[in-house]
Amino acid sequence: MTSTDPILSARGVNVRHGALQVLHDVDLDICRGEIVTIVGPNGSGKSTLLRTLIGAIRPDSGTLTRAPGLHIGYVPQKLHIDPTLPITVTRFLGLPRRHPAAQIADALHHAGLPDLAQRQMSALSGGQFQRVLLARALLENPDILMLDEPTQGLDQRGSAAFYLRIAEIRREMGCAVLMVSHELHVVMSASDRVICLNGHVCCSGTPEVVASAPEYRALFGTGTQGALALYRHTHDHGHDHDHPQEHAPVEDHAI
Amino acid sequence: MFDDFLLRAALAGVGTALAAAPLGCFVVWRRMAYFGDATAHAAMLGIALALALDVPTFPGVLLAALAMGVTVSSLGGRGFAADTLLGVLAHSALAFGLVAVSFLPGVRSDLSAYLFGDILAVTRSDLMVIWAGAGVVIALISWRWSALLTGTVAPDLAIASGLDPRRDQAALTLALALTVAVAIKVVGVLLIAALLVIPAATARSLARTPESMAIAAGALGSLAALGGLAASFRFDTPTGPTIVCVATCLFLISVLIGGRRKR
Repeated sequence: MTSTDPILSARGVNVRHGALQVLHDVDLDICRGEIVTIVGPNGSGKSTLLRTLIGAIRPDSGTLTRAPGLHIGYVPQKLHIDPTLPITVTRFLGLPRRHPAAQIADALHHAGLPDLAQRQMSALSGGQFQRVLLARALLENPDILMLDEPTQGLDQRGSAAFYLRIAEIRREMGCAVLMVSHELHVVMSASDRVICLNGHVCCSGTPEVVASAPEYRALFGTGTQGALALYRHTHDHGHDHDHPQEHAPVEDHAI
Repeated sequence: MFDDFLLRAALAGVGTALAAAPLGCFVVWRRMAYFGDATAHAAMLGIALALALDVPTFPGVLLAALAMGVTVSSLGGRGFAADTLLGVLAHSALAFGLVAVSFLPGVRSDLSAYLFGDILAVTRSDLMVIWAGAGVVIALISWRWSALLTGTVAPDLAIASGLDPRRDQAALTLALALTVAVAIKVVGVLLIAALLVIPAATARSLARTPESMAIAAGALGSLAALGGLAASFRFDTPTGPTIVCVATCLFLISVLIGGRRKR
């Protein structure tokens, strides 16, 4: 399923917000069908990187390359629908392109929300809303699914179930998945690669490589069907630029 | 039966209401009410310009409204909150426009026609301009509807789907300027924003989808235009303000019904 030709590449990407350099010389390749997780502490530029990759932020320098006709399915971290805007789940799923009713019903069934088609978006719970966002992104028939902090607000069991669902989606649709997590310690064991970001790419590799590397110690969680993995690492290289927040001590992240 | 000028007034009111309805929904959803005000008030400057150059007011108003829309769109994030900036621009455009008009001889007596509209004096050619303008606005909004809606929900969703929310924002600005130019004869500079916001706000409690809200706003706006025209004829009141009063009564009714339904 995985081919070596990247469908999305970043080379030497720099992004500034005013005087603050948020991303610094970021190189990144995503190949067809692979699952990549970006981890890093708060303020490390994870969301900025994802928004740069979808085209919402123009990098100050560096290049982004997409495979021609690439379809992106984007699931934002938060989405506020103004209370003045009436919109049903079905109508929301048809943004920006409408889909046949059977396809909508199928998407809702897969999201585990078969009865909510005519419900107002504002009447959904946080978990239901998140699943509708994912269903909408999948209806775009994406080559790559991009998720910003998809497990935020979910408990451990909920996020484990979510990661299993992502693995299932990749298996069924063959799309690449790029996820962001601020939980440095929680890495999906099904990730093909983990990228640790702190303004720049600190380190990256398969979870196994990361786990066996001397500077990383991997600890696997229990009771989550192996979907959650814990790993710790220290930074052995210097940071020659300032970030508002460096990695917090690993002990702070222990579950 | 209708006298000819009443029929023309009714057609002018309905045409304006139909153009204002879908646009007004976006004004409400995107919290652009002040933006609408600023664009409408800029029309006063356009009128002054057109009168000074002795050209028809429609292109003058369109130009001034467009210039205001572009200015506001490009002035974000300069250390002022958006509503402060819009407050400055909206009211100064109106003030400068009024001052400019006062320099022109023989206009002072017509001032209230520009401020509050003069729907009963709508001519056959005015009517053509109104319906052509309304047609362009409705066509533009319909064409960009889905993209605008996606960008309204979240610009990032639109961008990820390959759309360009900034270009769609420009389409909205153009539609707003056109609507202002069209509506000036009907309700005047001061009350155009009311025609955008009130029918859309009324439609909110009746609608379950964005499309049904736009259609309901069109129907309610038309009803307000016709009802206002009839009421002003009956009570000999100024027509533009009467239309807005009727729209507001419809809004109050919808609030009461909506409040009762929630209980």
